[in-house]
Amino acid sequence: MTEPLFNESEWSFQALDRVLKAVEEIALEDLKLDVYPNQIEIISTEQMLDAYSSMGMPLMYHHWSFGKLFAREEGLYRAGHIGLAYEMVINSDPCISYLMEENSMTMQTIVIAHAAFGHNHFFKNNYLFQQWTTAESILDYLAFAKRYIAACEERYGHTDVEAVLDSAHALMDQGVFRYRRPPRPSRERVLEKQRRRVAHAEEDYNELWRTLPQGAEPPPPKHDIWEFDEDDIGSTPKLPEENLLYFLEKYSPTLKSWQRELLRIVRHLAQYFYPQRQTKVMNEGAATFVHHYIMYALYEKGLLTEGSIFEFLASHTAVVFQPNFDDPRYSGINPYALGFAIMTDMKRICEAPTEEDRAWFPSFAGSAGWRELLKDAWANYRDESFVEQYLSPKVMRDLRLFALVDPAEAPAVTVSAIHNEPGYRRVRSTLARQYDIGEADANIQVVGANLRGNRKLFLQHRMHRGTPLHVGMKTQVMPHIERLWGHDVALEEVVEE
Amino acid sequence: MTYFIDRRLNPKGKSLANRQRFLRRARAQIREAVQKSLKDSGVADVAKDRKIRISTQGTKEPRFRLDPKKGGTRDFVLPGNRDFLPGDQIKKPQSGQGGSGKDAATSGDSEDDFEFTMREDEILDIFFEDLELPNLVRTALSEVPSQNWKRAGITTSGSPNQINLIRTMRNSFGRRLALKRPSLADVKALEEDIAILEANGAPANDERLLALKAELDRVTSKRKWVAFIDPLDVRFNAYVEQPVPTSQAVMFCLMDVSGSMGEREKDLAKRFFILLHLFLKRRYEKVDIVFIRHTHDAQEVDEQTFFYSRQSGGTIVSTALEKMLEIQRERYNTADWNIYAAQASDGYTQSGDARRCVELLESDLMPICQYYAYIEILDEREMEVFSSEEAGAELWRAYRMVAEHWKNFATKRIAKPSDIFPVFHDLFKKQEQTA
Repeated sequence: MTEPLFNESEWSFQALDRVLKAVEEIALEDLKLDVYPNQIEIISTEQMLDAYSSMGMPLMYHHWSFGKLFAREEGLYRAGHIGLAYEMVINSDPCISYLMEENSMTMQTIVIAHAAFGHNHFFKNNYLFQQWTTAESILDYLAFAKRYIAACEERYGHTDVEAVLDSAHALMDQGVFRYRRPPRPSRERVLEKQRRRVAHAEEDYNELWRTLPQGAEPPPPKHDIWEFDEDDIGSTPKLPEENLLYFLEKYSPTLKSWQRELLRIVRHLAQYFYPQRQTKVMNEGAATFVHHYIMYALYEKGLLTEGSIFEFLASHTAVVFQPNFDDPRYSGINPYALGFAIMTDMKRICEAPTEEDRAWFPSFAGSAGWRELLKDAWANYRDESFVEQYLSPKVMRDLRLFALVDPAEAPAVTVSAIHNEPGYRRVRSTLARQYDIGEADANIQVVGANLRGNRKLFLQHRMHRGTPLHVGMKTQVMPHIERLWGHDVALEEVVEE
Repeated sequence: MTYFIDRRLNPKGKSLANRQRFLRRARAQIREAVQKSLKDSGVADVAKDRKIRISTQGTKEPRFRLDPKKGGTRDFVLPGNRDFLPGDQIKKPQSGQGGSGKDAATSGDSEDDFEFTMREDEILDIFFEDLELPNLVRTALSEVPSQNWKRAGITTSGSPNQINLIRTMRNSFGRRLALKRPSLADVKALEEDIAILEANGAPANDERLLALKAELDRVTSKRKWVAFIDPLDVRFNAYVEQPVPTSQAVMFCLMDVSGSMGEREKDLAKRFFILLHLFLKRRYEKVDIVFIRHTHDAQEVDEQTFFYSRQSGGTIVSTALEKMLEIQRERYNTADWNIYAAQASDGYTQSGDARRCVELLESDLMPICQYYAYIEILDEREMEVFSSEEAGAELWRAYRMVAEHWKNFATKRIAKPSDIFPVFHDLFKKQEQTA
């Protein structure tokens, strides 16, 4: 009889250590996950609230909107309206996971399996994260951004910096490259630029010292220390351009170079978070699948007590709970529930396929390698393609999914398909498209700019299936674009062909 | 390689810079909300953390968003179908949306109002802004009352400089006695005996010599084994933080509540009382507040009644002073209590009554009061008429006489919040000197 890893519900560092080793063994040797080195941190509630309000990053530049978010979350938490997450995990190398100090030992075990192995593997292997984010340098970049923005505040005043950040934040959703890779400078160039920034910062201090009355000769004026990349300037804009922040950063006739750098920082952040928005279902599904598998494996080895496994089940069921659409608790499809359901079903199809499964998934029904199948899916899909590829009729039946059509002018919505033989495909592709954030976000592009005359900027909203922009929001965002462009901006809405 | 890092001890207040930026950003809305919430709160409750609800004007974070209600066709999937079949029509609700559109709608609404908790110092900052308090006074008022370390018995753990020698040695002595630790004298006696025997030429295998040597060994090893001072013996002096003991104060709030005192007048009076209370709270550990309202007749009332209920009748100020004297004699012995009084009125009283007031003040009240502050609340127009100190109604002229005799009697006419502070000028000047 094996000794359980722990008996008390209070956690301790020794028990965490034992748990980590046991979880790691299953994750690496049984599931054969491929993870970044883990860095696990224990934090308090206040620190969790801090993390909430700084986009989940351990360090972040200062902005009032983060203060607002913190005040709101803190208020809700203190009043008991919301609970805090048990964990938070950052796509960085090493992969940082936060564990809350309030968690019981069982919760810490789940969370280590969930975050430090599930999410970690996903971050390291999914193609979107590999292509669009740089896990090894994000923390350095944030440190740079924080320093840079603080220096700008010092130099140009809070108000001016805040104004640019406000405007940039308003365009964050339109500040990503959706279809093409961002033009990325080589690693050498990035390092070179960093070196220059450091050198500039040092010069700054010299400048300060120089103001002391010592009668010293002022050094000859150096080139503007916030200077912008020379290679970006002077190129002709390629139109249409979907990334508004990028376009404004490069071609705005009025922005100063430090303002361009601020736009670039916000744009980089938007791009960094873009893959997370595209893989909510998969990311959470993968992490949930991993923790579920590992918890059972631990239990079967006799490493968890009965009490722990019950606590785990209670918590796990709450996580993957999907209320029905007419339930007062309903607030959209729960990504944990959907992701976990699809992945569990993929495993089932491999192990115990039915006739239906063989017809729908001939390529892997009955195959022995569900581990490889799942890892391949985690690596090469995003939510939209994943649902389209792997949502099985059984999951649709279990969740009783049905599709609706809602024409804005009609008085009623129409049920277009339900979970039956003729409806499966339609339900599935409708759900898949629902996860295409290219459709959920407003598709706004720069189509022209009068660079010599009145310098008017022309934007176009390509309406997907005729859905217009929210008028109130539009009138509030436009002044921000005008502020960054410095001249008139026109936005027309056209029906997408 | 995996590390566990305990971050809990990291410095707190990481979001402070963001909070300050947010408060600065929403300054106008917050001020309005704070002033409103001060109006609704008690005199003694100003300096407390409180929830503030502000409109998000100025702290909006707009983003482009689609509006599927306004046009276009949307396809979506819901879970939990019960009995719908393809082709079924579901009527849209008139207002708001069903289904997955709910999110957008609710988050849109909550954007309009925003509630959060403000800390005491942040509230005071805004409260003081209106009153135009000098900086020194501001810091004096928002300072946390000082704490003193007080002895709190003896503990078994502490820092070496807090060792209580007497206790430690007493414990050590008791333990040594109980364990029969041989004293240095015992060792010496044995050594001497051995030396005498050896000097007398006893052979090395002499039985008595061997016994003595064995005894000496036992004694020295026991002395090592039973330490002179064992960690068990050590005691430390314990200290706890305690507020600096200060005496207590009572604050009498006197106010004319006859019909001529409207909403504005009462609001100004309230701020006046709040300010005095803040001051007293910083100086005295315990502050009682007594509310006395009067028309032609004075009553002690609770705060709610004091500020919000109306009473009709004439105005006889001296009744309030008599009432105050009566309560003071009954409950607030001058030996135990510092007595402060704040009076607010619009300056009208029955003719002849002013003399009675002066008599009461001169003979009975002023000798026992630490400070007596009187404000006369005027409107802006009257303020111009009575621009000179001499001119004024009967009560004002009478009180001016009192002020000449007593240094701790302050009078002032006020028409707006920023006029209030000068009333307390001397009070705070004293504080500055003592501080």
